[in-house]
Amino acid sequence: MQLTLEFGGGLELLCDSVKVHDVKVDGGDEKKMSMKNLLHWVRTNLIKERPEMFMKGDTVRPGILVLVNDCDWELSGQLETVLEDKDVIVFISTLHGG
Amino acid sequence: MENKLFSPGERIAIGASGGKDSTVLAYVMSTLNRRHNYGLDLFLLSIDEGITGYRDDSLETVKRNQIQYGLPLKVLSYKELYGWTMDDIVKMIGLKNNCTFCGVFRRQALDRGAAMLKVDKVVTGHNADDIAETVLLNILRGDIARLSRCTYITTGEDGPIPRCKPFKYTYEKEIVMYAYFKKLDYFSTECIYSPNAYRGFAREFIKDLERIRPRAILDIIKSGEDFRISTTTKMPEQGTCERCGYISSQKWCKACLLLEGLNRGLPKLGIGRTKGPHNCGHEDTNLGSGTNSIESKQCGSLDF
Ligand SMILES: [Zn+2]
Ligand SMILES: [Zn+2]
Repeated sequence: MQLTLEFGGGLELLCDSVKVHDVKVDGGDEKKMSMKNLLHWVRTNLIKERPEMFMKGDTVRPGILVLVNDCDWELSGQLETVLEDKDVIVFISTLHGG
Repeated sequence: MENKLFSPGERIAIGASGGKDSTVLAYVMSTLNRRHNYGLDLFLLSIDEGITGYRDDSLETVKRNQIQYGLPLKVLSYKELYGWTMDDIVKMIGLKNNCTFCGVFRRQALDRGAAMLKVDKVVTGHNADDIAETVLLNILRGDIARLSRCTYITTGEDGPIPRCKPFKYTYEKEIVMYAYFKKLDYFSTECIYSPNAYRGFAREFIKDLERIRPRAILDIIKSGEDFRISTTTKMPEQGTCERCGYISSQKWCKACLLLEGLNRGLPKLGIGRTKGPHNCGHEDTNLGSGTNSIESKQCGSLDF
């Protein structure tokens, strides 16, 4: 499954300062994947340093905004959100200075 | 705008760090001013602490904002005001306590910049999360004097230049979301000199609370607003610094004291009562430098 992942607000620093990643993710099932699985995949494959800045427990650290196709994931079920091919997922840290 | 923050014809300086809050503030203020003919004269005011690889980059962002929003920009540096950059100071005193300098100097620098621009008011980008965090910190430190003051939307009305925080009730999340959808150009890197300890915990706690119950942030602000100080509590008296004329409750203001230490090669002078390392700008609770509220954020964000 093809996904576009975008990191902003300083999170890009955790993955080699690259903001946009076009990735092919194999979530077992070829057609669908949950955000929960994606977070696990990101943590394993993209995050190069300080993973605790990205994850806390099995979800993103509080203060990180997650948008799935420009929609706040709090409206689409957070970890249960089901992703499809060509979805765009954005992670933005709100924690850095003003 | 129901809080009567502005009136037509006023000159307003926007404290601009290049970070998300002040960038959104500058964008919103200039857009509303144009769209609804508020008749405000807007300026961007930036403080250059002299931190290589951090402030120089974020100032580039402010310079782009100046062009994008068509607002005149004034940059004031620690070097020109105090003769020292933060890089110089860190070289001399090391990483410990450097944020004390940074915070004290920045607050005063903003007032001086505002005076040079002859503005009637200064606005800063402090958001609801910042203020809730400051309320918590003031409670933890037992700083009664600042506790209620830190929640005022406008402070220092009795002083030379009042400051106000139009985003007082705006969630940080909303600001970041807005910046994202408007594709605003902002800078997001933490100050390289920030040890990020004490305030970091409060921040994290607020974010944890928000996840459980988003209203908690506004509730904390409300608690701060409703806090009343009994009249028997003695509040520090305000005077002016004998050396530079800045507001101070001591003979010399905090900035002058710190500078004296630096110039005499005794940098410890004036750091006395700080409680361990804390973030830049995260003010030095009882350091006498005065009336301004302590709210602030990560080092380097403009918190004045
Ligand atoms: Zn002074
Ligand atoms: Zn600093």
